[in-house]
Amino acid sequence: MGWLTRIMMPPQGSTFAGEVDTVYMALFWLSVVLFLGIAVPALYFAWRYRYRAGRVTPHVTHNTTLEIVWSVLPLLLCVGIFFWGLKGWMEYSVAPGEAMEIQITARKWNWAFEYPDGSRDAGTLHVPVNKPVKFIMTSEDVIHDFFVPDMRVKHDIIPGRYTEVWFTPTVLGSHNVTCAEYCGKGHSDMRGTVIVESDADFQNYLATGGTEWEAYKNNMADWGKIQWERKGCNSCHTLDGSKSKGPTWKGIWGSMVKMTDGNSYLVDEAYIKESENLPQAKIVEGFQPIMPTFQGLIKPHEFEGIVALIKSLQ
Amino acid sequence: MEYQVLTMGAKTGSLPRPRKNYLNESHGFMSWAGTLDHKRIGIMYLVGVLTAFLLGGMFALLIRLTLLTPTHTLFGSKTPLITAEQYNRVFTLHGAIMVFLFIIPAIPASLGNFVLPLMLGAKDVAFPRLNLASFYLWVTGAAMAILAMVLGAVDTGWTFYTPYSTTTDGPVTLMTAAVFVLGFSSIFTGLNFIATTHKLRAPGMGWFDMPLFIWGIYSTGLIQVLATPVLGITLVLLMLERGFGIGIFDPRIGGDPVLFQHFFWFYSHPAVYIMILPGMAIISELIPTFSHKTIFGYRAIAYSSVSLALVSFIVWGHHMFVAGQSQLATVVFSALTFLVAIPSGVKVFNWLGTMYQGNISLETPMCYAISFLILFAIGGLTGIFLGTLSTDVHLTDTYFVVAHFHYVMMGGTVTAFLGGLHYWWPKMTGRMPSETWGRTACVLYTVGFNMTFLTQFFLGSKGMPRRYYNYLDQFQPLHAFSTVGSWVIGLSLFMTLAYLLASLRKPMDAPDNPWGGTTLEWQCSSPPIMHNFEEQPVVERDPYDYRPVKGT
Amino acid sequence: MSTTSVDLPSHGGHGEHGHGLGDPHHQHHFATMEQQFDTAKLGMWLFLATEILLFGGLFVGFGLMQARYPREFVEAHTHLVRWQGSLNTVILLISSFTMVMAVQSAKNNKKQKTSFFLVLTILCAFGFLVVKYFEYSHKFEEGWLPGKFYRATGDSIPGSHGYATFFAFYFMMTGLHGIHILAGIGLLSWILMRTRRGEFSHTYYTPVDLVGLYWHIVDLIWIYLFPLYYLIQ
Repeated sequence: MGWLTRIMMPPQGSTFAGEVDTVYMALFWLSVVLFLGIAVPALYFAWRYRYRAGRVTPHVTHNTTLEIVWSVLPLLLCVGIFFWGLKGWMEYSVAPGEAMEIQITARKWNWAFEYPDGSRDAGTLHVPVNKPVKFIMTSEDVIHDFFVPDMRVKHDIIPGRYTEVWFTPTVLGSHNVTCAEYCGKGHSDMRGTVIVESDADFQNYLATGGTEWEAYKNNMADWGKIQWERKGCNSCHTLDGSKSKGPTWKGIWGSMVKMTDGNSYLVDEAYIKESENLPQAKIVEGFQPIMPTFQGLIKPHEFEGIVALIKSLQ
Repeated sequence: MEYQVLTMGAKTGSLPRPRKNYLNESHGFMSWAGTLDHKRIGIMYLVGVLTAFLLGGMFALLIRLTLLTPTHTLFGSKTPLITAEQYNRVFTLHGAIMVFLFIIPAIPASLGNFVLPLMLGAKDVAFPRLNLASFYLWVTGAAMAILAMVLGAVDTGWTFYTPYSTTTDGPVTLMTAAVFVLGFSSIFTGLNFIATTHKLRAPGMGWFDMPLFIWGIYSTGLIQVLATPVLGITLVLLMLERGFGIGIFDPRIGGDPVLFQHFFWFYSHPAVYIMILPGMAIISELIPTFSHKTIFGYRAIAYSSVSLALVSFIVWGHHMFVAGQSQLATVVFSALTFLVAIPSGVKVFNWLGTMYQGNISLETPMCYAISFLILFAIGGLTGIFLGTLSTDVHLTDTYFVVAHFHYVMMGGTVTAFLGGLHYWWPKMTGRMPSETWGRTACVLYTVGFNMTFLTQFFLGSKGMPRRYYNYLDQFQPLHAFSTVGSWVIGLSLFMTLAYLLASLRKPMDAPDNPWGGTTLEWQCSSPPIMHNFEEQPVVERDPYDYRPVKGT
Repeated sequence: MSTTSVDLPSHGGHGEHGHGLGDPHHQHHFATMEQQFDTAKLGMWLFLATEILLFGGLFVGFGLMQARYPREFVEAHTHLVRWQGSLNTVILLISSFTMVMAVQSAKNNKKQKTSFFLVLTILCAFGFLVVKYFEYSHKFEEGWLPGKFYRATGDSIPGSHGYATFFAFYFMMTGLHGIHILAGIGLLSWILMRTRRGEFSHTYYTPVDLVGLYWHIVDLIWIYLFPLYYLIQ
């Protein structure tokens, strides 16, 4: 049966996934059986009892016993399914006491994460494998939803409130995050990644932002491109000159760009830094003031990479 | 086909065709625009809702075309068919038009208006002027919605969740006002039908002598009257929040966004039963008629209609399992949701019990009835996945939900609507449409429907969220298949429109009772005279009585 | 089902008058005037049910907001003047009484009395609106306005949204009620004109009865609004 689960469900990435998939597959087979139990008689009767002139049909008005049976049996089945679903859901609703807390701030159209040690990041979430992690979530604007299909978790993120969701990841690697509550133009671009790694790698990441970047020391533009994807810059800025929600990065380095305040400014490192921290300070003409701030969410070497990337796109 | 067994129920004898009927009784624009005849009002509604269906359908085809490729481009073009902002408006309009302009009014206001008084042996509905007012409210709401479209349309989704809807640009207030007006159209229709059912039944027709179609429309009316006002006030609150910043839904000004969802779904869940109950009501007519056998479990079906109407009011939180409502509420709503599944199942089993040992003729209406059984079964069964808490967490807000509700709303209600349309077409127009085209279109429709929406269950379970313009490449094959399916549906529906319109050019020669039905509408001429019956019918038998008369 | 037939007087065309059905108000699709009257009453009760649900949503919303901002709501309540609310309650109760008398008079063919009581009811309605006018003006002066227009000073929790929310609900609920009073004045005037034209009698007084039912519901809704807003202090 595993092949069917693999066809219908995403890879199993958390301790929830097995249980959810089991319930799902059980309901799937139950539905197949019940569906055939309805469709087969419907089609069979249509053929077996097809019209013949002069035939008289039996005048059978009702059968109370049958009504009771086919009301009570499905009801009992439903009660069983309800409790089975409840069991899984109760696990999902109550995080273990020792779960590590990570704060998620959702905003149009980007994810910001803050770890217990105060370090912050955007777009890409790091978690240690086989340890429960609990997310305390709020939104800066409209309702969003943190959905990680591989982990089988989802919960709305509401402005003015905190909501929670948790999971224990079991599989190393990266897993998709998608926003699952319609939030406007960039809803389908509001993606993220969960990187599940060993505890050592995770601690390393928290301390230094990871060692991955060292491999790119001679090619910071490539590292910058990776940040462009991971932080979520790519949901609004293109690299190839095509139009999107924010200005393209192609060809802007070292140029004078006209802003909505009527003045033109040089695109240099200082300008890019200001755009990262105070995006509303200058708005490029022809665009809307919709960029959220990334203050504290981009590490120094990541910033270097982004600058290198933009320089390389002249 | 001539039904040779002359049953006590199904008189198919031929009365002379009256020269004047409700269509040619009077002429001119005002004789229609100012009519108080429920049949003419039904026809006007029919034209209106079918136009809305066409418009909503065009938006659906556009959605599917946009999702054909991840880049939204066609034929090697570099520019996307539509932008993300336009896409958000298109899916909002598709939903809003289909829900408020088409599905909610369609069966009750078009077919129901035409048939209900006939089935009751009455000359009209209880309040003919209110009926006309309902129609004009529908027209007004439609005009306001179209104006909102012209003024740039809204991108909130048909569910108008706050604070997005209180803060986004666009004619949101106008659109919600349109829905408010349409809500009153629905309330007055329901009110009219409830009063008609209580007071205008023919002599001899007790509650349990009524056709089951009436039970279904009556139960629908109960929901229309009790639930729609709550939507009305919710929309007023939304409009006032946009205009006056009253701070009930937007947290920045002291409100609670989840409160909006509670108010909204308190109406909108019962609303989906406003949509399906009339469809089930039609199936309860089609199956005994085309099986030439009495309905199995009359009272069970009647009671299940009313219990669906009542239980529908206490399950709204199942739309909000991950929305931030309390855990207790979530558990309670899940449990109650399973309860509401039972009456629907009871109906399906009784319909199958009717077909068993029947004498089944497969004309177009019956083809749609069988299609309904198949499609509604899938829709209803997939509801179980969503009512089950642990699976709902994964599946909610994904394409699984989109597939589920299209199976019940379109695979259920629209299929039944098409069946009813073909069933009562001879009565309404005096013509028989082509059976060959009808059955072909039905099969094409059923195949296309499954192509389009069965795939979407898999898209959802694999993690594709709904209302998504951009999607991961891995989902493209399923999306493409779904899009091709939408073309097959579109083809079948255009075919249906074409041959139905073509039938209007045939001579008006349909028999009074082409299908051998036993309910009262088949005892008047096709089409009926202005006052429906030459003489007041008096009822002395059960409905759906197919026992033969003595001596034949 | 088989059908036998019952002879009915023949008639043609739609419309209300002159079918040879006796009473000119007898609509053709009803067998008897009594059936028509019963049906009209049922229809009116159904409509009143929708009114209850319409206002009900606002009552629920108010309750939830009160739970969210208990201190602000209690404080905001003190800005409502009890004697004005009580006066309006008395006015509406009197108007319900005069309405009942009007319906009775119409039923008993007493044209003068019916007019008299209808006029009294209309005057009460206007009186209600006059008191409301003074109440609203005072609120506008003090800045106790809904939502983003709230500009009063002297609140004990300045900056809290609770006050603006309270007044948003106050104006919404009393405003919606006031619109229903206005509509009621319109309906009562229409009934008054028809009474003066001599249209009503013991065989046909349905519109008076139905407007009476509507008026009682409008009164009843106020009976719930009054303690909610004026007596909790």
